[in-house]
Amino acid sequence: MSLTRIYGLFLRHFYLITRSFPRILDLVYWPSIQITLWGFISNFFATHTTYYNNAVGVILTCAILYDFLFRTSIGFNMLFLEEIWSRNFTNLFIAPMRIGEILTSLVITALIRSLIGLVPAILLTSPLFGISILDLGIFLFFLFLSLYIFGITLGILVSSGLLRFGPSFENIAWSTMFLLAPFGCIYYPIETLPEIFQKIAYVLPLVYIFEEARNILINQTVNVENVYYAFMWNAFYFSLSIGLFYYSFNAAKKKGTLINMGE
Amino acid sequence: MKNLIEVKNIKKNYGKKEAVKGISFNVEEDEILGLLGPNGSGKTTTIGMLLGLLKPTSGQIFINNLKLEENRIKILEMINFISPYIELPKKLTVRQNLYVYSKLYKVKNIKERIEYLSEKLRIGELLNSITGELSSGQKNRVSLAKALVNEPKVLLLDEPTASLDPEVGDFVRTFLEEYKKEKKISILLASHNMNEVTRLCKSVLMMKNGEIIDQGKPEDLITKHGRTNLEEVFLKLSRSKSEFN
Repeated sequence: MSLTRIYGLFLRHFYLITRSFPRILDLVYWPSIQITLWGFISNFFATHTTYYNNAVGVILTCAILYDFLFRTSIGFNMLFLEEIWSRNFTNLFIAPMRIGEILTSLVITALIRSLIGLVPAILLTSPLFGISILDLGIFLFFLFLSLYIFGITLGILVSSGLLRFGPSFENIAWSTMFLLAPFGCIYYPIETLPEIFQKIAYVLPLVYIFEEARNILINQTVNVENVYYAFMWNAFYFSLSIGLFYYSFNAAKKKGTLINMGE
Repeated sequence: MKNLIEVKNIKKNYGKKEAVKGISFNVEEDEILGLLGPNGSGKTTTIGMLLGLLKPTSGQIFINNLKLEENRIKILEMINFISPYIELPKKLTVRQNLYVYSKLYKVKNIKERIEYLSEKLRIGELLNSITGELSSGQKNRVSLAKALVNEPKVLLLDEPTASLDPEVGDFVRTFLEEYKKEKKISILLASHNMNEVTRLCKSVLMMKNGEIIDQGKPEDLITKHGRTNLEEVFLKLSRSKSEFN
């Protein structure tokens, strides 16, 4: 792995973001709107339901966590799509970059993109709603890390599809998160789901992350098992996504997708 | 002379369709080889295989004596490519693009390299311009600078002067001639501009339906087929294979 090449690809996206005020605004705007909206909904539920009486910030905290996941996943896809839209894809793949270097660079860049959007949104929650996500304590880091890994995993899976099937796979890139959201139990306990959906939810790391966030905020206790299961499933899906990316890259070389990308 | 490109009986099938049917050729150091053929003849597929973007169904490719299949990264460090169908990121300045690609190719003395190429390709005044706002002639010279940023031993050019006005086209051709002479690099040139091919190439390969249907020096092919220029030879060969067999 070459740090120089990883840095080079990071620079390409860093220049792109910093050169364009609308791009920075776009990164900050949506998370802030999302958080503000869920902040008011959260306040409403806190005063009208007993479930949330103990923790007014549950919905808002989960909204922030979900938004981080969403931004990470979409951010990763955007970086990949950016190369296709700018017709730079071939230049990138004829540069002497290893797949691991490309992925590492995109993973770092996706994190920075997500944080650009997330930090202002988190800062908004305290003065607007009197809620601090830091109430989750040290476990906040593990929950964010787990969501980050899963967001990246989804990004790599979608990018594998883009490699294998070309730009026609783009629509899937936008819809993945929406497809998984109901099974993630972001705003409700897993018992809310029908039994068959619960079985699907239990093989995703999301349910453990959001259950644990609610557990910490409502019951003021920590169930390390949830964190463990989230990381275990993350390790499984992340390995799967890396394997699939390599498979798609080789398949694209056989099929010719790499030279026709963008058409 | 040493062969920098050696292609040995490569085939590429897409399902049942044979895009390239077992072609072999070499490109020597300090040589420009023309790759000619009508659309769909297999030129782009061949270039794609040389760049490692396509996996040959069978056959072998060696660049500077290294087998491509086993040395992809090492080979990509010494090779580069331009085509009017690929572009550099439009929102970045020319300098940023050249800097990014210098990093990707691990170029040492990046500043000096960019200055050298800027002077040679007359893009010094464009370095702080947004790449997407350049004219096609300017973009072409910038793409050429990107393709030379790693001082490639092998340069693959797909229609390098397509859509350029005659003056810029002539500038690019003259530059390529001089650069090849100075650096002793190998160039594989796919072009539909027969005057360009006649001027630049020591020898040419004529492809049709995935096969090499004829090859030789441009002047020898003209004589062999009883025509007055390479364009007429191209038309004759691309219209009928049986006519010269």
